[in-house]
Amino acid sequence: MSFISYLLNGISLGSVYAIIALGYTMVYGIAKMLNFAHGDILMVGGYAAFLAFNQMGLGIPLSILFSMAICTALGVLVERVAYKPLRSANSLAVLITAIGVSYLLQNLALLLFGANPKSFQSFVKLPALKLAGGQLVISGETMVTILVGILVAVVLLLFIHKTRAGQAMLAVSEDKGAATLMGVNVNGTIALTFAIGSALASVAGILLCSAYPTLTPTTGAMPGIKAFVAAVLGGIGSIPGAFIGGILLGVLENLSKAYISSKLSDAIVFSVLIIVLLIKPSGILGKKIMEKV
Amino acid sequence: MSLLEVNALGISFGGLKAVDQFHISIEKKELYGLIGPNGAGKTTVFNLLTGVYQPNTGEILLNGENIVGSSCIEINKKGIARTFQNIRLFDKLTVLDNVKAGFFQENSYSFIEGIFRLPRYFQKEKEMSDRALDLLSVFHLEEHALDLAGNLPYGKQRKLEIARALATNPSLLLLDEPAAGMNPNETEELMDTIRLVRDRFDMTILLIEHDMKLVSGICDRLTVLNFGQVLTEGKTQEVLHDEKVIKAYLGE
Amino acid sequence: MKNVQKNKIKDIFLNYGVILILYFVVQLFLKSGSVSSLMKGLLVPLCIYSILAISLNLVVGISGELSLGHAGFMCVGAFFSASCSMLLKGSSLPPMLIFFIALCIGAISAGFFGFLIGIPVLRLKGDYLAIVTLAFGEIIKNIINALYFGVDKNGWHFSLKDGTAVALGEGGKWIIKGAQGITGTPKYSNFTVGIILLLLSMLFIQHFIHSRTGRAVMAIRDNRIAAESIALPASKLKLLCFTISAAIAGIAGVLYAHNLSSLQALPKNFGYNQSIMILVFVVLGGIGNMRGSILAAVVLTLLPELLRSLNDYRMLIYAVVLIVMMLFTSAPGFIAFRENILHRLFRKEVNA
Repeated sequence: MSFISYLLNGISLGSVYAIIALGYTMVYGIAKMLNFAHGDILMVGGYAAFLAFNQMGLGIPLSILFSMAICTALGVLVERVAYKPLRSANSLAVLITAIGVSYLLQNLALLLFGANPKSFQSFVKLPALKLAGGQLVISGETMVTILVGILVAVVLLLFIHKTRAGQAMLAVSEDKGAATLMGVNVNGTIALTFAIGSALASVAGILLCSAYPTLTPTTGAMPGIKAFVAAVLGGIGSIPGAFIGGILLGVLENLSKAYISSKLSDAIVFSVLIIVLLIKPSGILGKKIMEKV
Repeated sequence: MSLLEVNALGISFGGLKAVDQFHISIEKKELYGLIGPNGAGKTTVFNLLTGVYQPNTGEILLNGENIVGSSCIEINKKGIARTFQNIRLFDKLTVLDNVKAGFFQENSYSFIEGIFRLPRYFQKEKEMSDRALDLLSVFHLEEHALDLAGNLPYGKQRKLEIARALATNPSLLLLDEPAAGMNPNETEELMDTIRLVRDRFDMTILLIEHDMKLVSGICDRLTVLNFGQVLTEGKTQEVLHDEKVIKAYLGE
Repeated sequence: MKNVQKNKIKDIFLNYGVILILYFVVQLFLKSGSVSSLMKGLLVPLCIYSILAISLNLVVGISGELSLGHAGFMCVGAFFSASCSMLLKGSSLPPMLIFFIALCIGAISAGFFGFLIGIPVLRLKGDYLAIVTLAFGEIIKNIINALYFGVDKNGWHFSLKDGTAVALGEGGKWIIKGAQGITGTPKYSNFTVGIILLLLSMLFIQHFIHSRTGRAVMAIRDNRIAAESIALPASKLKLLCFTISAAIAGIAGVLYAHNLSSLQALPKNFGYNQSIMILVFVVLGGIGNMRGSILAAVVLTLLPELLRSLNDYRMLIYAVVLIVMMLFTSAPGFIAFRENILHRLFRKEVNA
């Protein structure tokens, strides 16, 4: 029974990773850059929801919308100010800038909200489910997180394959130049990608803070990095890959915490990343990219 | 024995046969041209010859030794050097250092001798600089020796690429569109330079080119590639007057 | 060619002479007793950060890869060397010899880990390397915080579970005690040792850059495909460069460990933030510019200490520095703007 409970908690944590990883993977696929600050957008989403709910007295649905709006605006702003001017620069410069943005967001939050953790009230009001005569308790947060994770992945896949905007994203991710020639608004498409990715980060932030109710300026850092690991594990650029990678990573982390060592669980997760990259650098579902000579 | 002998060479990308049943035979000191319409697979042939791509079929014999399966690095060591269609220089190194980088495999001094600046370091560095300057003077680049390669004008960058390739002391030199983007005067000068390279270094040269004046001016023989296959081959003037070739270029 | 000779002498002076002069000036002030204890406490860290900055610049500037794990290599160097000193402490060896052995152990262990972690360099590019190195830094910190290492008559005992699993016999002593780390490291580091190690690191790096190997590494950075076409073994050389850089970061770790009596692997000193700070030094000082790295490390370490009010905003300033520097040096729009201004300023000279 305890195994199933660890497994479900792992899938739940994995769903959060998956939602963040989806944002990473979309941005990577389209802008060909690692948005290091993605995890910190999640943290901003957490604070926005916290402020809306606890200080402004907005209800849960409005708080979620408020948080998503803030994150979307922030994501688009960051893209416009910091990343867009560097679109043709080398990848090292873009990566360092993204690290700078991540650092900036963390330290702004530190100045604004202080280092003391805020205790985040769970947005999930679903009662826990008791199975097998109370031996197996599944919390509402776990169920909602898993459901939202699946929902987000399905909606995103439908969006990309069934709508014009989604097709434009695919076109831009294949070839920016050709997409421009075909009349695709490349700048708009990239901005839209950042907007969607950031809105998803906000959702992930709220789910994460509901399950682990302490919110600090560095809340987003570790999940952000782990979600990136998940995206790489699944094959960066691939949406189903990000989802599978996220779930696998969450399960792996929770099971190693339970059965191996709680102190070493991060080390185990990161070791898996290194091993995967050595064995299959393109990840589980990634494509191999060949450089043109 | 020919210097380079290629038989039945082929590679596919996702089901598309980019190069199929390609064959060529080049004698020592020959100036050989590989021509064909855009997208015919000429650069792919170069990439196969230099180990950037591994062929699906066929053999590449350099001095009788099959070099299929060797890496870029090994193939260069065995004696094939090349230039690139889109210039690939070491932009942030000086012109001199671009050439000196080509001497790397000569094992002039060891890592330790370099770090501790033992006498051999100074001696060999001096020697390499002198040789690099000699090579640069062939291309009239010696006064740019200390400029950054990325700051050279276009035509000179093309020449520097050739100088760098020669620094590795190859037996076969592959030039990928050396005259691309040059004006007629520069092209004229380039033709002289290519002949000079052949004579001075006893070099065998295979080049891809679209400029027909250059091709007919310096190439001894030609192979025409169309849709990844050899359309025809032979003496330059005969090939250029071949009906099939004219059709391939101008369409039906 | 005469000019070249002159430039070389100028280079040597700027690389090493300035550091030496500053060293003697500081020594003079120290003798006269006009240095505050705060400043005294900063002297060794200045050397540590300078060494870290030039070692990271070797990776970022010369081989063109990004490492976010340099604090991890520093951590390896610190813990291996401190363990070595702890084991040899109380033996009959003279302290300087113990420190020298510890230094070698620190550099070699960090270099070895750099080599292990650098093997992905053989397969991966840019972004992935950054993440792998970041992951490595976290793994190291994680393991050291869980590691118990004690020694008694029966030899060495290790455990990754908890302290009680290591049953130390009579007279046994702890070397690494989990999250509490190492306590009682002998203090061998001082300003003179720091400056000597900085100068040696600088000398090593400069000689490396200006050797055939360094030239080849930079060629690979500029264009890997062209480099392989002239038989430069790209993967091997990048790995070599990465290993050297890690070893030098390990030396900084040795200095760090022997400057404090207790050593713990905290996020503050060996975490991701520390790696970012080193990156800030490199970026602000100019990617590929070793002297700039040292200058940036010194200025950015002293500034917040001198202007206490700045301290709250220090991290914020670092973040802005990273973004603005990158936009200014790499964004095509900014480059055009900058060249336009330079062009206007210097047009007269060009015409004349």
